[in-house]
Amino acid sequence: MPEYKRPKSLMPMATGYCPGCMHALATRLVADVIDELNQKDNAINVVSVGCSALNLYSWAGDVIGSAHGRAPAVATGIKRSMPDRLVFTYQGDGDLAAIGLAEIMSAANRGENFTVVFANNQTYGMTGGQMAPTTLIGQRTTTTRFGRDAATTGYPLQMCELISVLKAPVFVARYALNSPKGVMDAKKGIKKAFQMQLEGKGFTFVELLTNCPTNWGMSPLDTLEYMNTNTIPYFKPGIYKDEEADA
Amino acid sequence: MEKRFMKGCEAIAEAAVRGGCRFFAGYPITPQNEIPEYLSWRLPEVGGAFVQGESEVASINMVYGAAATGTRAMTSSSGPGISLKAEGISYLASAQLPAVIVNISRGGPGLGSIQPAQSDYLQATKALGHGGFRTMVFAPATLQEAVDLTYNAWEYAERDRNPVLILMDGCLGAIMEEVVLPEPKELNYQNTEDWDLSKRNGRTDSHMITPILPEAALEMLNKFKGMSYKMWEMTDVKVEEYMVEDAEYVVVAYGIAARVAKEAINTLREEGHKVGMVRPITLYPFPKASLDNLDYTRVKGIIDIELTIPAQMRDDIELQVKGRCPVHEYGRSGGMLLDDEGVYNAIAEIVKGGE
Amino acid sequence: MITINSLMCKGCGYCIKFCPKHILEMGKERSEKGHFYPVQIDESACNGCAICALMCPEAAIEVAAKKA
Repeated sequence: MPEYKRPKSLMPMATGYCPGCMHALATRLVADVIDELNQKDNAINVVSVGCSALNLYSWAGDVIGSAHGRAPAVATGIKRSMPDRLVFTYQGDGDLAAIGLAEIMSAANRGENFTVVFANNQTYGMTGGQMAPTTLIGQRTTTTRFGRDAATTGYPLQMCELISVLKAPVFVARYALNSPKGVMDAKKGIKKAFQMQLEGKGFTFVELLTNCPTNWGMSPLDTLEYMNTNTIPYFKPGIYKDEEADA
Repeated sequence: MEKRFMKGCEAIAEAAVRGGCRFFAGYPITPQNEIPEYLSWRLPEVGGAFVQGESEVASINMVYGAAATGTRAMTSSSGPGISLKAEGISYLASAQLPAVIVNISRGGPGLGSIQPAQSDYLQATKALGHGGFRTMVFAPATLQEAVDLTYNAWEYAERDRNPVLILMDGCLGAIMEEVVLPEPKELNYQNTEDWDLSKRNGRTDSHMITPILPEAALEMLNKFKGMSYKMWEMTDVKVEEYMVEDAEYVVVAYGIAARVAKEAINTLREEGHKVGMVRPITLYPFPKASLDNLDYTRVKGIIDIELTIPAQMRDDIELQVKGRCPVHEYGRSGGMLLDDEGVYNAIAEIVKGGE
Repeated sequence: MITINSLMCKGCGYCIKFCPKHILEMGKERSEKGHFYPVQIDESACNGCAICALMCPEAAIEVAAKKA
């Protein structure tokens, strides 16, 4: 029978996230895995800017805040200086796929031996729900009042697809956190990515499809179905690259 | 101790390694490319890491990450690249991380020119990033001075847990001179125990390094920083005073401009004119006393000579002169260089006109 | 077998939705933080699958092993 205990990698208090926010769920999953791998005192959480920055206050292990979009550069500096530590960035979609595109693609392309945990909720949550690089076509935000229009704003960026065509990354996968199956798979994916990093295999990238009840203007429960009908068909979950499986 | 004939940028790079630098990230920009080129092979020799970043922005943030592990980290760039690093330097100051930043400056504003200029004085001393923080600014005038200042820069950075800037124009970066290289430092990071991410040593408590703070804590940090800037003024000012004891005219110049001015001053002295020079070596903290304490019953004029137009140090000079004598300025800009004749004529005109 | 920490809970309802035994429902009382939080309506029917804990964003639910 499964048991569950609150992970020691989390501070003993509620997060700063809104009710039903899957940022909290994603953070908790990472903490679960770090606890299971007994890496609490070895891990370094490189948090970025946006709601992901709230991780600064809920993470009980070593944690460092970085500039908007620059977490992969900061992680590069840390990992190159301390190769034995388990280093991961925790970034949202505005941070990673807009302002931080150069840093994420370059770190992935260099094959830096750290893990990126990418929470994709298709909006700038912290600043009040503006259009993100991942906002779906037709999705309403505070800067796309009548829905995102591809004619003027282009199309949502699919980061797993982009990163998986690079040669250096060893594990690239996307999971949706709106079902128990998705969460269980995500946990396995995060664990695999961390293990590959600890074995020195190279760059690992885990994208987690999350929600934003507050800025989507829905109850937490309604976001679950919205993700099934809108998010998941465009951002298809799956393992995009796995050098271990290919070998 | 070892004597070598070296190019300015390479001398800085070697001095950094000997001063304990074990991480460098940078992006190509003229006229500082010899620094990353040199460190790309030199750092791996001593077990350090070199990363060619995808941009200046990424590079300064890599330095931020490395600095957080207690590693002596450095980046270098020139004007436009330093502007790109501004945000990252502000984050270093906020997260209280030590690092050394080198600006081998060129003509500005904008892309400007790739030729030497002292066009970044204001950026260096007033606002190297947003948020109202300060860094120490070292401005060498010889390659030996560049070596010595770089070699010791981390001592200040780690003491204050604050970035340090070395500001040297592209002319000094490109010339070759004989330098005496100091012995490599024994690395000793004991004073980093309470913040350095690498210092777990069986500890169970964790470190949080953060560039964002609750309001009250941020106010505390800023008060603390304000106190350390005051302390710098009392203990860390470096200045060369050259023949000012009897001077009736005092040139104020730093870096390459001071070298050219010194030649002109020597000639004028031979001609019997009482000219001296105050050469700030730390641009921040500015050597206020050297100007404030001059005997203005004797001093008839101050001449600010810079490789930039308009002069940028002038405001700092006038704050100390307090209207007690006229302040003149002379310079070249845009990558046009100061020459002996031009500087001599500029000083001579003022000196001879006032006698 | 499950313990719900009302101070951590924000009342999102994921645990209620995904409990395969349908033994959780939203309570009528507010926590100290002002959130409604779930209560167990039939503790004996819990099979200890821990899906409620798996889906809880706040790690507010802990699951103990079923006593033999």
